[in-house]
Amino acid sequence: MTEPIVLQPDETFVLNVGPQHPATHGVLRVKMTMDGEYIYNAETVIGYIHRMHEKMAENRTYSQYLPNLSRLDYLSAMAYSHGYVLAVEKAAAIEVPERAEYIRAITVELNRISSHLVWFGAFVLDLGGFSPLMYAFDDREQILDLLEGITGSRLTYCYFRFGGIYNDIDEDFIQGTRQFIKRMRKALKMYRKLVTTNIILIKRLKGIAPVSVDMCQRYGATGPVARGSGINYDVRKNEPYSVYSDFDFDVPVFTECDAYARYNVRMEEMEQSLRIIEQGLDKLPDGPVNPEKKPKAIKLPPGDYYSTVEAGRGSFGIRIVSDGDKNPYRLKLRTPTFSNMHLFDEACRGMLIADALAFMGSLDLVIPEMDR
Amino acid sequence: MTLTFLNIFIAVVIAIAFVAANAAYLVWCERKGAGFIQRRPGPTENGLWGLLQPPVDGIKLMTKQLMIPGGVDKIVFIIAPVLAMFPTIISFVTIPFSDQIVAHNMNIGLLMIFVFGSMSAMALLMAGWSSRNKFAMISSVRAVSQAVAYEIPMLVTTITVVMIAGSMDLMEIVHKQGGGFWHWNIWPLQNGLFNVLMPFSFLIFFICSLAETNRAPFDLGEAESELVAGYHTEYSSMGFGLFFMGEYANIVIGACLTTILFLGGWDCPFGLFPGVWWFLLKIYFLIFTFIWIRWTFPRTTIYSLLNLSWKVLIPISLFNLLLTAGLLKVF
Repeated sequence: MTEPIVLQPDETFVLNVGPQHPATHGVLRVKMTMDGEYIYNAETVIGYIHRMHEKMAENRTYSQYLPNLSRLDYLSAMAYSHGYVLAVEKAAAIEVPERAEYIRAITVELNRISSHLVWFGAFVLDLGGFSPLMYAFDDREQILDLLEGITGSRLTYCYFRFGGIYNDIDEDFIQGTRQFIKRMRKALKMYRKLVTTNIILIKRLKGIAPVSVDMCQRYGATGPVARGSGINYDVRKNEPYSVYSDFDFDVPVFTECDAYARYNVRMEEMEQSLRIIEQGLDKLPDGPVNPEKKPKAIKLPPGDYYSTVEAGRGSFGIRIVSDGDKNPYRLKLRTPTFSNMHLFDEACRGMLIADALAFMGSLDLVIPEMDR
Repeated sequence: MTLTFLNIFIAVVIAIAFVAANAAYLVWCERKGAGFIQRRPGPTENGLWGLLQPPVDGIKLMTKQLMIPGGVDKIVFIIAPVLAMFPTIISFVTIPFSDQIVAHNMNIGLLMIFVFGSMSAMALLMAGWSSRNKFAMISSVRAVSQAVAYEIPMLVTTITVVMIAGSMDLMEIVHKQGGGFWHWNIWPLQNGLFNVLMPFSFLIFFICSLAETNRAPFDLGEAESELVAGYHTEYSSMGFGLFFMGEYANIVIGACLTTILFLGGWDCPFGLFPGVWWFLLKIYFLIFTFIWIRWTFPRTTIYSLLNLSWKVLIPISLFNLLLTAGLLKVF
């Protein structure tokens, strides 16, 4: 009746973490070969939520594909739409009014904060602290309300259009955002007191899960993961797009390479995003938000186009190959989590399972974006 | 003779009722407390302030199917939740709530509580082992190493208190602390001794009771983000319910013991109206602290947990034991 647990000859056993496991935040599966509580080897298995977004693009017009972009990374959907509209605008040579670009930057940064807040809550939850999740979601709620007011949706926005945005922002949004900035600065101070300086948290993250610069480069890691390892690369600074060159902000870089560095990068980024939003609201020019003349059906001239933006989790690249038709011939999405996650297999060897799951949390994985 | 048996029987029934009521309503308190800490209302739907939530939860748990997965070691699997609950209830028999209210006072009451208390680690091991689930397995091994590591400093600090009181009788220990706030064992001044390490002893005992009851930040046994649900992953219905109640009953025991050993039991801090209300006030304050800690701190890892016990708590408690012995000899 009872079958004994079959041990491998070398006394290791395989632990299936996922696809349904509280720490994987989605349907990621990690096959861990364990030696006691230590990980001997790990293999990430992806593809449980693959929806063929790239193939879908080939069967849709450029405008019809817009909503798909917000279904990649449902936490920072704005940045992905931004990358796509920038690519198409560049290819089709559509002029974008300055006001629209400013509003885009403001909404993208708001969305980045909300994305980091979810990460913050979920990460501390992975470490066993429950309450910060609720505080983070409380703050995020304000952002969702603000964005709902202008875009009409709370999570999967389809706000950007080729050449502009769906509708102009109103005074409510501006006032609300200013209030939110004040509130968020206070909240960040509270997070620092409650979580960042917590001795248990520091003990669990400092020196844990080192990711070397070399490893980041080999796997193509970007975003906070790379910046936590001392790579000073942020698309907003290094290859400025949209109106980011008008803003004065810093790119937080930490050289400790550990989980605590990655944690600090994201916490700092929230503050920098607040600065960008504040400047954006101050500098917001008047004018239309959509171009006067816009082609009805967008057809890109034959060619190969690439554009990249800094999304919540790293640099998101989109490559469009057009044959002059109303659909792209081929569309390739370069999603940051996909690259960031593959570090995990190599870096987690020899770690305790608790540390490995903290490491996974510090990579900030969003599974639908990885599988797309 | 028969009357004594009847007395004990009634006392056990009352103890069970007390434990069950406490376990059920502590869940409510925990959820309300969590809600308070997390800026949300907590349970509100059933009854006034959600007060009917515990019985409704109990009915839900009881009406669920008791699943016994294929491949488990059936006998051990069924015994484990019972063993998680039963020793804790028995421990209540000897706890004095006031100088009148005690089911059956024994001169080795403290020893009995510790003997039964260590049985709950067995329950976790049995549950994890018999489940044939790798997560449950890891969790039960963790729980046992944790229980072993934290029983030692707990016992050593208890021995210190026993030496001061000169008795293992819980009544006697409380009587020795009578006479107001500054006579409690938590303070260095007590009984003419000047033992500066007593507050640390209290802290050690409190930390150990957190660890013994598998509470955050030491809830490695059921670390839900790592091990799904730990040792009770495979349990459903009342099997899970018993583990859950056992955990809360253990919390009550931990709070009771801390109160008796260090906070003067039913003694009033100002010497006014000593009685059961002071005892209850103290234990619920401690329980609130348990809840407060749980919703504030992240979880430690197994190695830092063991390090804390073997490298910090055990040396300090041993030193305190020696110091107390020396002081008792001198004065």
